[in-house]
Amino acid sequence: MSRTAGDGAGVGDTGGADWRPSASFETLRRRAALAAAVRRFFADRGVLEVETPLLAAATTPETHLVSFEARDPAAGQGGESGAPPCYLQTSPELHMKRLLAAGSGPIYQLSRVARGGERGRLHNPEFTLLEWYRPGWDHHRLMDEVEALVRECLSLSPSPVASDPDAAPAPRLTYRQLFQEHAGVDPAVGPTAAGVAGLDAAIRAAGISAPELPADDRDARLSLLLTHVVEPRLPAGLLFVHAFPPSQASLARLGRDADGREVAERFELYLDGVELANGFHELTDAAEQRRRFAAELAERRRRGLPEVPMAERFLAALEAGLPTSSGVALGFDRLVMRAVGAQHIDDVLAFPGDRA
Amino acid sequence: MASYTTNDLRTGLKIMFDGEPCNITDVEFVKPGKGQAFARVKYRVLTTGRVNEKTLKTGESVEAADVHETEMQYLYNDGTTWHFMLPDTYEQHEASEEVMGDAKLWIKEQDMCSVTLYNNHPLSVDPPNHVTLEITRTDPGVRGDTSSGGSKPATLETGAVVKVPLFIQEGEVIRVDTRSGEYVSRAKE
Repeated sequence: MSRTAGDGAGVGDTGGADWRPSASFETLRRRAALAAAVRRFFADRGVLEVETPLLAAATTPETHLVSFEARDPAAGQGGESGAPPCYLQTSPELHMKRLLAAGSGPIYQLSRVARGGERGRLHNPEFTLLEWYRPGWDHHRLMDEVEALVRECLSLSPSPVASDPDAAPAPRLTYRQLFQEHAGVDPAVGPTAAGVAGLDAAIRAAGISAPELPADDRDARLSLLLTHVVEPRLPAGLLFVHAFPPSQASLARLGRDADGREVAERFELYLDGVELANGFHELTDAAEQRRRFAAELAERRRRGLPEVPMAERFLAALEAGLPTSSGVALGFDRLVMRAVGAQHIDDVLAFPGDRA
Repeated sequence: MASYTTNDLRTGLKIMFDGEPCNITDVEFVKPGKGQAFARVKYRVLTTGRVNEKTLKTGESVEAADVHETEMQYLYNDGTTWHFMLPDTYEQHEASEEVMGDAKLWIKEQDMCSVTLYNNHPLSVDPPNHVTLEITRTDPGVRGDTSSGGSKPATLETGAVVKVPLFIQEGEVIRVDTRSGEYVSRAKE
């Protein structure tokens, strides 16, 4: 193992040597090997690698994602107010769906993305997403493929997630089951569902000293319970969560669960209690997508968050026709963390935010 | 008053929570990919020593606590209050028995102490890590047992009681580690 750089400089304590990488070369070699394994996985399955813009005129309006704004000092010199800003993409989703609508067939991308304000043990403002789309597949079929990819990538790690075909498949719980089991509340919408008061009671019962949350914001309370109560209790290994509340549909289509409740056809993959991937059975209805984006933009105004332009080219692609598809984004840095046994994302990045 | 946002919060930062000055001991950023982000803050309340945890929404602002540490000379105790002085300005500060805590067991007049001020009033006092004090009372050691094993209590000139080796006698001057309250060595004259 190379010790010429990185090793020994603790996270956050650079001792005046913050020009050095925070990941060891051994880790950076493993990271490169994992990227190669990912490319092999998709090449074998006939999925096309693509590259889409990091800088674009529009970005996602989702309230909880912060897009960095950038300006080109060379543009708009003559204009009165200069050129409008462009945005660093928080995921390649909008562009990859434009490729799907144009008839690309199955595609994947290992891309750098940026999200403002995200920094911690599992977060860096700039990180790598592995995102892929499967036309004609529903989200359950895509979950099978996500599981196959993760098992293959981790089969060479020091503590592998079993990759042999006889290994029991990862459990798939609904969001509702997850909350009933671990937080003792029904998060779904319906007659038995906990209202804001019920969620507040569960938060108090868990002993969380919670911040003041908007009186009507059920999802913020669910996020609080998810991060403080549910995630710490998740078992080791792989676990899929699916059938999300419709209010958390994001860009997923709506469907019905076994009891006939309306749910979002969205899933997340947890690995050892850490959120690793988020996938959708994609919403293809352009009018519904425009309504959701308009609602997010209205919520941004209400909260005093920066406004962003409507993603018109993406919506035009949906209007032209997005094939029925499922897609997923997987946090590649977190996959590397698991593969090398790292506890902090800085241990798998050459130069994390504070040293960039 | 200065304030911080959740992005600024770091271990060791002094902030106000519920009207009390607090020292941050840990900050964890948590966020579901598509959901609300939170900062989980662990902290110690400086006035009581109590350890606690609080969750903030990211972007919330937190008031800074006007807390800083300064080196002061211990002057004297008038029976209820301990008096300290800033050596360069001769400015004096008073500390109650509660503020003194264990520090009162270790310090002699003219010792330099680290005094934590909150709104310019002493919040806590830390004695020097090592102090040199005279033994005012201890039982005579057992003859012949001069080096190994065994210890006995000894009362120091400040009133503190420490365990010393059996060969140490009344009237001797010893070095004590105030952080552990343990005997270190005989002090050289």
